[in-house]
Amino acid sequence: MAHAHAHTVKRYKGLMDWLTTVDHKKIGILYLLAGGFFFLVGGLEAIMIRIQLIKPLNDFVSAEKFNQLLTMHGTTMIFLAAMPMLFALMNAVIPLQIGARDVAFPFVNALGFWTFFAGGVLLNVSWFTGGAPDAGWTSYVPLASPTYSPEYGVDYYVIGLQIAGIGTLIGGINFLVTIINMRAPGMTFMRMPMFTWAIFITSALILFAFPALTVGLVALMFDRLFEANFFEVANGGNAVLWEHIFWIFGHPEVYILILPAFGVISEVISTFSRKRLFGYSSMVFATVLIGFLGFMVWAHHMFTTGLGPVANALFSIATMLIAVPTGIKIFNWLFTMWGGSIKFTTANLFAVGFIPTFVMGGVTGVMLAAAPADFQYHDSYFVVAHFHYVIVGGLILGIFSGLHYWWPKMFGRMLNETLGKLTFWTFFIGFHMTFLIQHFLGLMGMPRRIYTYLDGLGFNNMNLISTIGAFLMGLGTIFFILNIIVTSVSGKKAAGDAWEDGRTLEWTIPSPAPEYNFAQTPLVRGYDAFWKEKMDGHKEMTPAEPLGSIHMPSPSILPLFMSIGLFIAGLGFMYHNYYVGGGGLALTFLCMLIRSLKDDHGFHIEPDELHDKGVKA
Amino acid sequence: MSAHSHVDGQLPHEPEKATLEGRNKVLGFWLFLGAEVVLFGTLFSAFLALRDKVGDGNPTADELFNLSTVAIATFILLTSSLTSVFATQAMHAGKKNAMIGWLIITVLFGLGFLGLEIYEFKEYVHEGHGFTTSAFSSSFYTLVGFHGAHVAFGVLWISIIIGQVLKKGLTVVTAPKIYVSGLYWHFIDVVWVFIFTVVYLMGKVG
Repeated sequence: MAHAHAHTVKRYKGLMDWLTTVDHKKIGILYLLAGGFFFLVGGLEAIMIRIQLIKPLNDFVSAEKFNQLLTMHGTTMIFLAAMPMLFALMNAVIPLQIGARDVAFPFVNALGFWTFFAGGVLLNVSWFTGGAPDAGWTSYVPLASPTYSPEYGVDYYVIGLQIAGIGTLIGGINFLVTIINMRAPGMTFMRMPMFTWAIFITSALILFAFPALTVGLVALMFDRLFEANFFEVANGGNAVLWEHIFWIFGHPEVYILILPAFGVISEVISTFSRKRLFGYSSMVFATVLIGFLGFMVWAHHMFTTGLGPVANALFSIATMLIAVPTGIKIFNWLFTMWGGSIKFTTANLFAVGFIPTFVMGGVTGVMLAAAPADFQYHDSYFVVAHFHYVIVGGLILGIFSGLHYWWPKMFGRMLNETLGKLTFWTFFIGFHMTFLIQHFLGLMGMPRRIYTYLDGLGFNNMNLISTIGAFLMGLGTIFFILNIIVTSVSGKKAAGDAWEDGRTLEWTIPSPAPEYNFAQTPLVRGYDAFWKEKMDGHKEMTPAEPLGSIHMPSPSILPLFMSIGLFIAGLGFMYHNYYVGGGGLALTFLCMLIRSLKDDHGFHIEPDELHDKGVKA
Repeated sequence: MSAHSHVDGQLPHEPEKATLEGRNKVLGFWLFLGAEVVLFGTLFSAFLALRDKVGDGNPTADELFNLSTVAIATFILLTSSLTSVFATQAMHAGKKNAMIGWLIITVLFGLGFLGLEIYEFKEYVHEGHGFTTSAFSSSFYTLVGFHGAHVAFGVLWISIIIGQVLKKGLTVVTAPKIYVSGLYWHFIDVVWVFIFTVVYLMGKVG
């Protein structure tokens, strides 16, 4: 490799460093900050919903505001909180787990973050410009059509999600290529850590699910902004078409959310049981199967739409089939713990708490999959309870587990275990208090998405208990934030192998990981690569290459400007100001042009610089 | 692996896959095309669901479509796929000027196709088949328009790449761009084959 012409790349400090970074570890932290912020926003919306429902005929918020809160709670939590926090873990961990120095497309990685952030901010701007979207997170037509939602709210939904969706799609492609092309020597597919496998399948789901949402949002946007007739029944449009398109995206989306959590749980349980993951290959198989079946079941969200008994029966059976690979996973986790020397760290508490909680969500899922019974459950609080059990009890517990587990690797500090356990118990008890009782509210007939209810229906006490639970969950989140603040001031510095029982490659390098991740690419000799070396009496990995200079990509401000361009364009088109809209798009295309014309030569970190930083493999 | 290093100006046989960056680009682009398949698949589904919803007094597909114009457009676009293959072959043979020639012909064919499409759309609007006329018209213009926008983007993109090759030459940095834009061009050709069948031929038959 001759690089005689040394390129001097400007390297930024402080804020500019964060705005221009293409380093996957820093982008992971950005995703965590932004996703965490939106998690708090969405959580606040949830608390306001629960305060409104604390007693019958409450007037804490108006019916209109309630609809906005409910819509934005769902939309924010799924697209702006859960997905970005998953992307935070993906960015922080995947390149380290596969022994890579970065993702395949560092620039695209930054672009993915900034477009998500621009879309998320755009959605939330709606609060200050006359009202947020209020047609539910599913935005069903005709309610979301220009006839019945003439305000700007739903416009913010279609355009904000469109921009955020671009970020998710290119992020998915990035991680697929990273995992296929960038694995360290010796890391075959069947030696990949379970979290990497989960992200691999998740990224494939993103790839094939998000374009359907893109088209759905474009169609709804055309209907709303340019008087198209996709969903205008009077002009031949079809309202059920929206349901199909939305759920063809929407059902894979819930597996996009839960598969990474499965991956986290697999890593955490195996590490803290000090045992190899039980049934690794069946875990891989189950993950692939869930991903595949996830595309076959969308119409179970539409049992009551009237698709007919044949369609309902087929989708019913396909849905129940998913319980099989999921059950395999549950038993594999239990057998991994069986006979292990288990350490109940906070991360492991969240993982262990996940298992029964998720099983409960899964069981109500099978109940809902029975089409005749679904006519009874449909649009009741039973459904609300079910999907909060799988999303909060599954995904959010998984994210908390992953954050506590990889925090030392991301930030170089250990989180406080006492505060961690307080977080777990308040959040866990609060969660069950909020949602267990909602099953019964639903069975008693309380419909979802209503802003109030009458006295004397028997709903009062259960709603009160549910609201108290929501406050407990809020308290748990506050403990977590407190933990972050306290340990960032006076936390214990984390060692490279922070939990001492690390099994995978990320624990072979210092915490936090240096800019170039691995001074020398490691040679992988088996599944649980680091654990295998430890068992063979080695303290570190065998390097697969001599020490040499490391090529790094240059930082760039372009991803930020491209996203700002899209943000401006979105606002412009929404308010039918085509000069502003066109100007925004022009800014984005100009940045794309600059990116294409200007070659990124990057820069090199030389071996002597590595030693100065005291890096040992 | 630095992208800009190559041994004594000699290009490897498949310059687009000579570097890790190049291999990443090619794989990433194949995956992107997978996403595009879903995108157009959904657009086709919406069109199929709405193609009969013409409304009262509006022209039907059968009355509207003039197959001879569309056939010429199809011929032009399919030929441009062939010239795009010639460009990639010239690149593999290291013949820079031949490659640029074929790319320019590809771009010209693309422009010809776009010209015909704009003419066709103008005719339709003239006959009372506007974007807002019916569910059929909205889904028609969205599907065919998305494809047209892809062609327009391709024309711009390939033109920019021609400029880059003229300035920087055929290198392991420019080669993946040429290869990937070729993949893109074939993809929009394949989509057109489906549009020709599903929209125009099926529109004529019933």
